[in-house]
Amino acid sequence: MSIEIRDVHKAFGPKKILRGLSLAVEEGETVSLVGFSGAGKSVTLKHINGLLKPDRGTVFVDGLEVPRLPRDQLYGLRLNIGYVFQFAALFDSMTVDENIRMGLVKKGGLSEQEMAARVGESLALVDLDGFEHRFPAELSGGQRKRAGLARAIAYRPKYLLYDEPTSGLDPVTTTVIDRLIMRMKQELGVTSLVITHDMKSAYSVSDRIAMLYEGRVVQVGTPEEIRASDNDIVRAFVEGRAELAHDAETPLPDDGGPKGRIR
Amino acid sequence: MDLNRSLTSLGAATLRMFGGLGTFSRFTGDSFRAIGNVRTWVPLLVGQMRRLGVDSLPIALFLAMFTGIVLALQASYTFTGAIPLYFVGTLVEKTMVLELGPVLTGLALSGRIGANIAAELGTMRVSEQIDALETMAYDPIAYLVVPRVVAGFLMFPIIVIFADVVAVLFGLITSMALLHMSPQTFIRGARLFYRHFDLVYSIIKGFSFGLVITLIGCYQGFNTRGGAEGVGISTTRAVVVAGMLILVLDAFWAATILK
Repeated sequence: MSIEIRDVHKAFGPKKILRGLSLAVEEGETVSLVGFSGAGKSVTLKHINGLLKPDRGTVFVDGLEVPRLPRDQLYGLRLNIGYVFQFAALFDSMTVDENIRMGLVKKGGLSEQEMAARVGESLALVDLDGFEHRFPAELSGGQRKRAGLARAIAYRPKYLLYDEPTSGLDPVTTTVIDRLIMRMKQELGVTSLVITHDMKSAYSVSDRIAMLYEGRVVQVGTPEEIRASDNDIVRAFVEGRAELAHDAETPLPDDGGPKGRIR
Repeated sequence: MDLNRSLTSLGAATLRMFGGLGTFSRFTGDSFRAIGNVRTWVPLLVGQMRRLGVDSLPIALFLAMFTGIVLALQASYTFTGAIPLYFVGTLVEKTMVLELGPVLTGLALSGRIGANIAAELGTMRVSEQIDALETMAYDPIAYLVVPRVVAGFLMFPIIVIFADVVAVLFGLITSMALLHMSPQTFIRGARLFYRHFDLVYSIIKGFSFGLVITLIGCYQGFNTRGGAEGVGISTTRAVVVAGMLILVLDAFWAATILK
């Protein structure tokens, strides 16, 4: 198993975000984690590369227990995990080229020429050829997301974590990003976890979809299984019904577990 | 009921204060630990020395120039008829080198450097650029904090020495041009009570103020929460806290070294 999140609990002050979340992602698989805004999807992602530590439970990546890794090993593992941020998080004082080189320099082992070639390849993979010398402020929202993806794939990670890669984009750009996610899987063979609340994207890019609600995964299944789900929470989310929206944004009591059926 | 509420508020304020001190101590400890990561921060040092040091010289020298002028005029006004005028040189040299050179420069640069660092790192924090560094296996403290703190520590004493020299020089020019003193008279006064230790004392203050301004700026930037408003709060805090600490350190050095 490539990524395994095991019974993770996480709270920020009195606000409990994750309440025993478990999820496994197999090698080469693309799994989408869907759920309401504020449900803890990004928090989940940040546990995988050790940006956050769980209060309880643990996370394994490549058989390594992430929260227990010493600093050096954690940094070594991070070079195997590409992270695509929701708002790209490009270094705004650097050009696209310099942004992409950051990971390459850290990983090491490439000559100047090889690095330049790798930057070109990565930009070509996201259809941003020739954008090397632009600054992030000179890019559109979609271009920034693609540049963020190019930065994440440049050092050829084994895993890619996408944090809402299509949020705030128009439908055409969303389709472009979805195709890129699929292309990353086909051409680089990466294992991916995609955070999204866009069901159309989730259906098109995922091998499996996991629904997060009240800090736990209430159902995991193929896109077809999710479409045909009889779980009340999943149905309400997929159909965009408003009755659960209030529950999702209201702090829950300690024993407030998921009300739907867990598969 | 009121007593209960007062005690609760007092307890909460105490917890906040000690919690903040604990976080700052840990941040300082992490920064010293990250100094060992030389491959990350050394290549960035020269750029920061230029940005925080060389680029700060104009404002520091502007301040020193006018302070020197005013000190010479005020000394002459105070001494007229009672104390020999060559004491104008003494007062300008002693006041600038021992006190105003480092402290005024420190306060002015806590605004320029401290605010700049807090705003920059704060913006990086809220736009997830610091998280992005971590995802690419960079230690953000070694990459962002150490080069700034080391640059501030090394460059600040140099700025202070320049400020001392420029202030005394403009005190001399003012004395010659407006008070009709000969340069020999001013220099005689300046040398009368001058000790090399005055300069050492000024440099010690420079090192400590440079450290405090950059460290507080980085700490506030790193701990920024929220969006633009959070960046504004961090920037203000960086200037206010660094300014207060400069005054506290100034008193500390006077009490421990000059007594």
